[in-house]
This record gives sequence, C-alpha cells and structure tokens, in this order.
Amino acid sequence: MTQTAQIRSETGAGGHGIGASVLRKEDLRFITGAGRYTDDIDLPGQAYAVFLRSPFARARIERIDTDDARAMPGVIAVLTGRDMADDGLGDLPCGWLVKQKDGRDMVAAPHPPLAHTQVNYVGEPYGVVIAATLYDARQAAEAVEVDFTELDPVVDPAHARHSEDIHAGVLGNLAYDWELGDRAATEAALATAAHVTRIELVNNRLIPNAMEPRAAVGAYDPGTGEHTLYTTSQNPHLERLVLSAFVGVAPEHRLRVIAPDVGGGFGSKIFVYPEETAVIWAARKVGRPVKWTAERSESFLADAHGRDHVTHAELGVDADGRFVALKVETTANLGAYLSLFGSSVPTYLYGTLLAGQYRTPNIHVEVHGVYTNTAPVDAYRGAGRPEATYVVERIVETAARELGIDPAELRRRNMIRPDEFPYQTPVALQYDTGNYQASLERALELIDYAGFPARRAAAAARGLRRGIGFSCYIEACGLAPSKLAISLGAGVGLYESGEIRVNPTGSVTVFTGTHSHGQGHETTFAQIVADRFGIGLDDVEVVHGDTGRVEFGLGTYGSRSLSVGGSAISVAADKVIAKGKLIAAHMLETVPGTIEFADGRFGQPGSNQSLSFGEVAFAAYVPANYPDGLEPGLSEKAFYDPANFTFPAGTHIAEVEVDPETGVVEVVAFVAVDDFGRVINPMIVHGQVQGGLAQGIGQALLERCVYDEFGQLRTGSMMDYCLPRADDLPDFTIDTTVTPCTHNPLGAKGCGEAGAIGSPAAIMNAVTDAIGTNDLAMPATPEKVWRALAR
Amino acid sequence: MYSFTYHRPGSVMEALECYRSADDGLYMAGGQTLIPTLKQRLAAPSDLIDLGAIAELTGVDVAPDRVSIGAFTRHSTVAAHPDIRRVLPVLADLAAQIGDAQVRNMGTMGGSVANSDPAADYPAALVGLGATVHTSSRRIAADEFFQDLFETALTPGELILRIDFPVPRRAAYRKFPNPASRYAIAGVLVAEFDDAVRVGITGAGPCAFRGSALEEALRRRLDPASIDGVEVPDAGFNSDLHASAEYRAQLVRVMARRAVADLLSRGS
Ligand SMILES: Cc1cc2nc3c(=O)[nH]c(=O)nc-3n(C[C@H](O)[C@H](O)[C@H](O)COP(=O)(O)OP(=O)(O)OC[C@H]3O[C@@H](n4cnc5c(N)ncnc54)[C@H](O)[C@@H]3O)c2cc1C
Repeated sequence: MTQTAQIRSETGAGGHGIGASVLRKEDLRFITGAGRYTDDIDLPGQAYAVFLRSPFARARIERIDTDDARAMPGVIAVLTGRDMADDGLGDLPCGWLVKQKDGRDMVAAPHPPLAHTQVNYVGEPYGVVIAATLYDARQAAEAVEVDFTELDPVVDPAHARHSEDIHAGVLGNLAYDWELGDRAATEAALATAAHVTRIELVNNRLIPNAMEPRAAVGAYDPGTGEHTLYTTSQNPHLERLVLSAFVGVAPEHRLRVIAPDVGGGFGSKIFVYPEETAVIWAARKVGRPVKWTAERSESFLADAHGRDHVTHAELGVDADGRFVALKVETTANLGAYLSLFGSSVPTYLYGTLLAGQYRTPNIHVEVHGVYTNTAPVDAYRGAGRPEATYVVERIVETAARELGIDPAELRRRNMIRPDEFPYQTPVALQYDTGNYQASLERALELIDYAGFPARRAAAAARGLRRGIGFSCYIEACGLAPSKLAISLGAGVGLYESGEIRVNPTGSVTVFTGTHSHGQGHETTFAQIVADRFGIGLDDVEVVHGDTGRVEFGLGTYGSRSLSVGGSAISVAADKVIAKGKLIAAHMLETVPGTIEFADGRFGQPGSNQSLSFGEVAFAAYVPANYPDGLEPGLSEKAFYDPANFTFPAGTHIAEVEVDPETGVVEVVAFVAVDDFGRVINPMIVHGQVQGGLAQGIGQALLERCVYDEFGQLRTGSMMDYCLPRADDLPDFTIDTTVTPCTHNPLGAKGCGEAGAIGSPAAIMNAVTDAIGTNDLAMPATPEKVWRALAR
Repeated sequence: MYSFTYHRPGSVMEALECYRSADDGLYMAGGQTLIPTLKQRLAAPSDLIDLGAIAELTGVDVAPDRVSIGAFTRHSTVAAHPDIRRVLPVLADLAAQIGDAQVRNMGTMGGSVANSDPAADYPAALVGLGATVHTSSRRIAADEFFQDLFETALTPGELILRIDFPVPRRAAYRKFPNPASRYAIAGVLVAEFDDAVRVGITGAGPCAFRGSALEEALRRRLDPASIDGVEVPDAGFNSDLHASAEYRAQLVRVMARRAVADLLSRGS
C-alpha cells in the first residue's frame, strides 16, 4: 500500500519543532523488540491465573466444586466470586451517571468483578485458578465443576424491553431512557416541513482487537503494604482510583498502577475490568505475584465491544433545501453490565453531536439504553461520534437523493458558515471555530468531483458499478470542562496534568497524565517542549503510564492527549520560562520584566548578553549567583482544565466499485480532508488518520460481531471476525485544513478518532450510490450487496 | 494444549510403527490446522508424530504428462516450483492463493488433503484434475477420496505419501475468498483434457466435488457463456455466517465462468 501523502502545516517541516514530521522516538524500541509490554514483565515467584468463564449467556450458578481442581499439581488457589465478595470487594462502577428524561437516575445493575450468583454473558468470569505454571492453571480450570441452571438469554437489543428482566430491579432491561433537545419544537417543524426523509439504521457491533491482548501482573509487598499492578491500561491513574475508591482492593497510596508499553487500545483499555481486579486481589491473597495474559479468544469474548445501535431518524427539509428539524430515536445495546463509560457513549458523546456541521435549528434525540446477555459495550475509537456521524451523514445523503439535489450542494447549503462561530447547537454543544466549506471544497478538488461521471461510465464499461459518497463529520474531543461534565454525571474530572522537570544539565524530563499506546506522545510532546525551550529532541524524555512517577492523570481517550495533555505541558513550560527569566534577570544584572526568551536563550532585546537554557537551569540547581527569595530548582507542573471541547471536522469522500455478479465492493479512492487545528507532527497525524480510516472502512465493509439466539459469540476468532487488512484498503489521499482551536494554548483539536468517525458513512453512501438503493446495512458484505442488487 | 509424547520418525515405516504403538496417535505435517486445534484443546492425542523428517514424503517429480508431489511438500514450494509452474501452472497459482505467506511456508499438501476442510483449495485441484492419492497401503482416486465434511477415504493410521496429478491441456482456478479467513467460500477449477473437461468445486459443499452439469455444458462448448444456462442447485451446500447456500451457488457459477475465461486466455 503506497500512500499519497499531502501534508500541509503552518510552520513548515524543517527541524524538529512544532510542525515537523520527525520520526517517532519510540519506534526504535518497538521495531527492534525492545519494547516492554505487560506480558514481558516477570516477577520472582510469579504464579499464573486462568479465569473460569461462563459457557452460557445467562445462567444461575447453583454450585461450584473446586475440590478436585485444588488437589491438582501446581495449584495454589481456586478463587471464586463468592471468595471475592467475602473479602468485601466492591462492584465495578459505571463512571458516568446518566439522568433519565423523567429525572430519575439511570439503573445501574451491580457488576461484581467475578460473578457469584448469576452469569450474564458468555465469557463472564466467575472464578480464577492460580497455579505455578500456566499449564497447571489451565488443567485445573477444567477440573472445576459447576452446576449452572440455564436461563433464557436476551440477545437482541431491539427486543430487550419486551424480554425477561436480566437483572432484578431493572424493569424491561432498561438502564435509561434519555433525551436531549426540544421534542415539541422538533415534531412541529417536521409536521410542516416540505419534505421529510426517514431512515432506519443499524450501527453494527464491533470487537476492538488491539494488537496486544489485555494482560495484568499483580504483586503485593507485605513489608510495605504496597500493591503493584502492571496492566494494559490507557489510564493508569483512573484504574488506581477505581480499584481503590470503588472496588476497595487497596488504598490509593499503597497501590501503584503501571501501564508500560501498551500495544493499542482503541478505547478497550480505558475500562477497569474484572481480570486485573482479580489479579491484584489474588496476588495479596496467595502471597505471590500473579500474571494473566488474555488469549485472543478471551479478548473476543471479554473485551468491551463497541457501537451496537438501532436507530430511526427523520430529517425535515424546507422548500429551499434547508434542514428544519432532525429527530432521532436510538436503542443502544449496553451489554450485560454498564462498563466504566458505557452509559455516556450513546448519550453525551452521541446525542450532542447530531447537529453535525449543519444549522439544523430543531433537534431531538431519545436513547433507550438496554441490557442484553452480551459482553459489555463501551467506548471504541470514536465512541458515540461515529454513530452520530453515521446517522447525520446517511440521512443527509438520502435526503439529497430524494430531493434530487447534488449531495455536496445540499451540504454546502446547510453548513454553519465560518462567520457564525462560536455556534450554539440545539444539542448543548457550542462549536468554537471551524471552516467546513474549506474542507469540503478541498476534498471535492482532490477527488476530482467533476470527473466522476466519466469514471462511472468507464467502470460501467468494465461491468462494474461505481458510486461516490460523502461524509462531512464533526466530532468533539477533549471532553470538557470538568465542572460541566461533572454536572452532567461524569464521575471524574477531565483536566490533565503535565510536569516538566528541568535537570541541572538542562535536559528535560516531562511527565504526562495521558498515556501513549500507539499515539506517539514520546515524540509529539517532546517536540512541543524542545520547540519551547530551544533544545534538542533527544534532550527531552517523556514519562507516562506509572502512578508512581506521574502525579496524576486521566489518561488517553477521546482524542484528548494533545489538546488537553499537551496544553498542560505547554502551561508548565510557560512557568519554567517565567522562572528562568527571573533567574536570568538576576544573572544579567537587570530587572526581570526586560528579559525575553527566544531560540533557547534568555536575554534583553538589544543587548548582546544572553544566557542559554542550560546555563539558567544549572544556576537554578547551583544557586551561587541567584535571586534572593527565589526557590532553587527548575521544575514546574500544571493541571490544565479546558474551557470547552475541541471540534475537529472534515470531509471524507469515498469512491467504490461494485461487482454486480459477486457483490464485492472495492474502495477505489478515498479522500480525507480534516481540520485538526494546529498540527505538531504531520506524519503522526497522517498515521492516525490512516489507522482510523482502516477501522472505519472495516466497520463499513468487513467487521461484524454476531451473537446467535443463545447468546453464543459466532465471531469469536479472526477466522470469522473480519478485520481490515492492507489489501482491503485503497491508497488514501489525506490533506488538512487549519482553523486553530481558539481556547487552548496549542490551537490543537485532536486527530485520533476522526478517521473512524467520518469514513463509515462515506463508504456506505458510496456503496448505496453505486447500487441504487439506500436499504443496505453495515457491514456491506458481498452477499448483502449482491442481494440488494437482486431486489 | 494438553501434553503429549512427541515423535519425529525418520521413515514411513517408523511413522506407521509409531502410530501403531500409540494409544491415540496423530500425524503432524505443517501443523497449520493441527496446532490451532491443539491449542484450543479440541484434540488430545497421546502421541504426536511429526512427519517433518521423512525424506520419502518430500520431493516433486515432473514428467510431461504427470506431476507427482510428496505429501510433505509445503504450499510455498508448490507455488514457486519452476517445473510445476511450467507444466502445471494452475497448481502453482492455486497454491499461491492459500492463506498467507506464513501459512504457505509451513502448510503441506498432504496435511491439507488429509484434512478435507470444506473450504480448502487443494481438494478442488485433486478433484478437478483427477489426481491419485498414494498412501501407505493403496492408491485412491480423488473422486473417491473426499467423502464428507473433514472426512476422507483414509483409514486410521493410513499415511498419504504422494499425490499424482495428470497434466491437462490447460486449466484455471478461481477462488472467492472468505474475507476473514481467506479460505475459499467457493473455488472452481476447470481443466481441459484431450478427451474431457473436468470441474472441481470446493467451498460450496461439505467437501470438494465435481460439477457434473458444468462439465457436461463445457464439454459441448468450452466457453464462459455455456455456464449461463447451467443450473447449480444449492441443495446440500454450506450455509453459514459468511455465505448462504444460494449465494454460494451464484459464486460457483461466477467463478466457473471466470475460470473458463482465464483458461481460454491461456491459448491451447
Ligand atoms: C491462517 C490460516 C489460513 C489458511 N488459509 C487457507 C486457505 O486459504 N486455503 C487452504 O486450502 N488452506 C488454508 N489454511 C490451511 C493450511 O493450508 C493448512 O496447511 C492445511 O489445512 C493443513 O496442512 P498442514 O500441513 O499444516 O497439516 P497439519 O495441520 O499438520 O495436519 C492436518 C491434518 O492432516 C493430517 N495429516 C497431515 N499430513 C498427513 C499425511 N501425510 N497423511 C495423513 N494424514 C496427514 C494430520 O494428522 C491432521 O489431522 C489456512 C490455515 C491457516 C492457519
């Protein structure tokens, strides 16, 4: 796969500063096998855990007999959910309390880390075997005898509300009925609209599949009382907070969580799972370190899945082709339990995005969050925003077809204009800035929109049907501000910490509360700091992923790391420079207000006397010639709480060719023009876009999670669950436009999820354009397309 | 994986002896099917008999009218073998479409054939070319070899030694891969011999089989258009997550048509 890279940046690509495509510092260790992942960590005396997992989607646990298993060679302990409950461990919490439309709290069913009375999805753990070797543990796991009484499972979310209650006290399996927007005004506008487009959509359930499966190693030091948990986490501080404050594994000051190198997460490693909870608990109980590494088949069964919506939507359009109202009703499958952020994804990260890039004045959305006997569903790359984009961009495209208006023109006519920012949407968000038209026009140019009819005719001559599809997406990144989010139910703040320790020799160690598991923070953040201080990239080391080294943090998800975490580092850098100026002023025998810092030197404008960054750092630690009353040392930190979300947006255009004989869809061209605000490292951004596009195209054409009527996972391996591969993807044409974010010091918006957010709708709009019917659900597998053509 | 006793015999005799003296022995060739099965604890042999050190099971012998391939020949060897590419290019093409590079570097023809996976590629070649399977005790014609889902004519302990393929005038193979596993959802091999046209089909049914109606139509006129009039009944076809029986029947027709077009483009 070759890539057509078209990268523009504001500052040019020279050197290693902001705007330069420097190679990733971390890649040398990754590609030479020197990375250190959780499974690479072996502690003396380490034992191995194998989990006992439910073979049934819904069953009562009547009896667990562990006697035979305990007597087997190498077995150290066989622990069950009952043992955990007896030790007083709490349930796994859901971190976002959603208020229902009638004002009641959502109904969160208890989620014990290890089930003890009932299992509610295939793969749910109800016990764990600890043994000297993995083999011993596995053998013993098979010797555990369990009496289950099978119960009828609830599998289909569309029927969940009319099925037996899974959890006592959760009537109709309804976790919440949530709404946003003005229902009456929306319905009134629809009733008088010149045209109403209606659409039924399924947003297919996905299984994340990070390259590195989840893993955990727990250890307990009886001397100090310290618990250490190495685990594959996107947010180790949050993991620690949940495990101490909610589950009660250990007090926060005696629990260190380390997320070393982590091989991808895509959201699935944000959450606190039963397995690492059990591992750290068991390590103390058995007095030995305990390790668990998921097998891929466990990942399929027990990682939180993504998406899974069923939606009906209506878009009202007036006689001039202007949107007057959008009404959306969605049933969201939450799985068997509310995962850590499972409640917020189909509500605050979904309903709030339904304005898209448009001036639709009336919007109402209602979401029914339902429990089913399937794995918990939570954030997966994009988290709610791909679902929202899919609704908006499928219905807009459908409206264009019904009205006979060019789909680009219909969008253009309804887009928020550059002079209308800040723009208040009818669904709570206030967009700070953007230029949606610029991305659209650039994308039309790159795809050669005018040449499409000729390309379509040429394809037809080859017996193929060519289609084109648009998606003008918007997303909200860097969830914020904390106060607002907490008032809406968030259980944690949404700021980030950044700390800069300037060492006496002038090299710099940066501590960030975000976590890099593929994003390249060690490079991007180093670029910011090197650029600010005028020092070399190799003089900056970025530390993350260890509650024992980094003061606090909220981790990496929602494309927040640069806009929030990077901003914290930027503010800390300001403080370092401010202090440096005080020191320099003293050393240069002048008044502090006159010192400027540029190109790595402190000096007075017009004077030829100046001091390097390193000289000032040295003086801070060897304070011989030093201002009175100023603390020695040069180490500063900042907690940055953003004033608002950031709003990356852009236009994706796909062209596909469909083979009518087989239904095979080939993506022959894909243009993505994104506005991520200011770009620090265009190469890394480009890579993030590519990866996101691969996942979005995977969702549109290949990936689907299927449970059968008994709640058994039919797509439990790569043999049946189709992840996209390089040869499934076209050469991408990627470009950016830039409107800097107005409220953070970097002007950055976030790029991690955009590819996965925008692309599914573009692909599906292209496929439906090619085959001439809107009635096609993701993934557009060959047989589905072939059948749609045969209809 | 459960534990087992590992053997690495140096000859066919020794391998057969290993099998006879084991409680529940299992041969292992490239391990590409077997090892995943063992890892999932779906098989629990007492003894694993690795065929990798038996010289008699290797080797490719190419004559103008016959290509003979040792059971332990890796897919990548078949795909790249210059003599096979010259005399029986369809087989090299087919082998090059199996799995991915890692699988082709390990997997063997004997293992694939012995397994009779309904979605495997080689069986289409055996049936479509009318190959003969030489075993430790007899010869079995391809038409009799594949019997059902993962079922062959092999008796317990019987070892495939080599497979002989008659060389057709020309032949072509078309595969519609499963997007996830890349095994065949439907694969069709069409071969033109002096006195016959043979069509081997894999992926569609429980095991590879001959497309008699297609053969009949193509014998009358070897042309893609001949297939348009042929019914491909889907009774007994596989139906799963990835493709219904009806869709498989459509794919058999389309792959057959494309294979014939490829074959004709090869001249005569
Ligand atoms: C990811 C992946 C993708 C694949 N894709 C494809 C594909 O696209 N098309 C395809 O056709 N196949 C595919 N395969 C299967 C692959 O071709 C295997 O190599 C083949 O099925 C088995 O061959 P093996 O040599 O690995 O046999 P093994 O796995 O070692 O053995 C398979 C079975 O054959 C028996 N056996 C082996 N040799 C003999 C012998 N000489 N005599 C008697 N019995 C014997 C064994 O006892 C065992 O029961 C794929 C496999 C994988 C892992």
